[in-house]
Amino acid sequence: MDFVYGLFIAPFADFAFMQRALFGSLMLSLGACPVGVFLMLRRMSLSGDAMAHAILPGAAAGFLLYGLEILPMTVGGLIAGIIVALGAGAVSRFTIQREDASMAAFYLISLAVGVLMVSIRGSSVDLMHVLFGTVLALNNEALILIGGIVAVTLACLAIFWRALVAECLDPLFLRSVSRMGSPVHFIFLGLVVLNLVGGFQALGTLLSVGLMMLPAAAARFWTVRVEPMCGLAVLIGFASCIAGLLLSYHASLPSGPAIILSSGVVYFCSILFGTRGVLRARIVHHRHRTA
Amino acid sequence: MTNACLTFRDLTLGYNSHPAIHHLNGIVRKGSLTAVVGANGSGKSTLMKGIVGVLKPMEGAVVRMPGVRTAYLPQQSELDRSFPARVVDLVSLGLWPKRGMLGRYTREDRESVSKALMAVGLGGFEKRPIDTLSGGQLQRTLFARVLLQDADLILLDEPFNAVDAKTVGDLIQLIKRWHGEERTIMVVVHDLDLVRQNFPETLLLARQPVAWGDTKETLRPENLLKARRFHEAWEENAPWCEPEDHDHSHDHAHHDHAHDHHHDHQHGSGPRAA
Repeated sequence: MDFVYGLFIAPFADFAFMQRALFGSLMLSLGACPVGVFLMLRRMSLSGDAMAHAILPGAAAGFLLYGLEILPMTVGGLIAGIIVALGAGAVSRFTIQREDASMAAFYLISLAVGVLMVSIRGSSVDLMHVLFGTVLALNNEALILIGGIVAVTLACLAIFWRALVAECLDPLFLRSVSRMGSPVHFIFLGLVVLNLVGGFQALGTLLSVGLMMLPAAAARFWTVRVEPMCGLAVLIGFASCIAGLLLSYHASLPSGPAIILSSGVVYFCSILFGTRGVLRARIVHHRHRTA
Repeated sequence: MTNACLTFRDLTLGYNSHPAIHHLNGIVRKGSLTAVVGANGSGKSTLMKGIVGVLKPMEGAVVRMPGVRTAYLPQQSELDRSFPARVVDLVSLGLWPKRGMLGRYTREDRESVSKALMAVGLGGFEKRPIDTLSGGQLQRTLFARVLLQDADLILLDEPFNAVDAKTVGDLIQLIKRWHGEERTIMVVVHDLDLVRQNFPETLLLARQPVAWGDTKETLRPENLLKARRFHEAWEENAPWCEPEDHDHSHDHAHHDHAHDHHHDHQHGSGPRAA
């Protein structure tokens, strides 16, 4: 019993920084995972990745002006992310170019600007910090920020749920009955940026998208409805955060990659064992019903 | 004119400054049932998009009767069939005009969804994921959604594609029921026999209206021949259509862009006398 306690409970019970890390990352999962589900269902999984890169120049600008401070870097990242999201979204909505191409163009420009800015003054250690973050150093400011982002995300999802589902399922229909189509698309892109920015203090700009996409991708193998898929993605996110933090504590690994790798394990298990996964499909297809 | 559900005023719709509907004038009477007929590329779907407002006019306007609720079944749906939704989720979207984005679905709403599915012969399909439906079943599901929208103006763009003969019969009955309920209906159809048997009025399009009115009159052989001579392709260097080219006097020559002038110069023709 002591062994179990030592393995699972003690790290969180004994160390305040572990509690903060746990609290912060669980909150992040609560907001980011459902957003990830919609990102995946809209076939924009890689757009999330692109957005994560696009945040860099904003964070770098904040870093150049104010040093390693959470608020300026977050606000900077938010501004850069929104510029790229709106720019790419607008180009795809109002020109013939599709979102994948416009998103790629915008985020590459943004990334180049970001790397340039970091290299003007920072050392490579600073760049590493911006890119990979550290969940074990979440201060009160960061936790409050994450809490606010989660609240906004959940409120928006609750309000715009039906419009968001309609926009994914049948955008032309939504346009024929309501003017919500374009606004809801941009609100959604805003939520993506918001959650990536919320995640980058904890996980870094590059890995924050991992907590968004991997649980969502794993949940897809278990259910055929959106609502349970979002719930399941959040649970997978929770489990990954707990497992990742414990792994990082016991094996002295960096916490961000440990969390993402944990959800990676869940993803691979889901591919194999999910109700819509590989093995199940093989077994069930040997038998069929009469009608 | 008081009972015009739709009024087209010199309406030009198109893409990249090439017209697909060219200077259409006329009205669609409230409670009328009109078939829209024409060759590929004659502007039928474009007209539908223009009426719904998905496509903005290049010139002129579509005026809808104030307060009219529109339901639109597109030819090429942008429906994402891989989206994890059930039949009931898809059909429930039809409740949007009634419940909007935030209104809760009530027990009656759920019952009306079931009734709508029953009406298209898909009773008991509520829980089926949409990616397991056949093409015809999906089409009927979309019909159920239109049914649920309870619209005054119903636009159906080739609704009978990929639908078997029995189901076409069922759907025609549904359309006739709507017609009986004084709803205004426009349907893009290719099967002329179907049109002759079931639709009182017909609009024959070839970028311009070739004929518009009573079905028997509209589908006379000479009109059909006129429509068939219609030139589908755009001409890259077709002259610009100047304003004086489409005033309604039609007393001066149009020979400079003859390719789109096979129509009979009867803008606003038809049984519009209201």
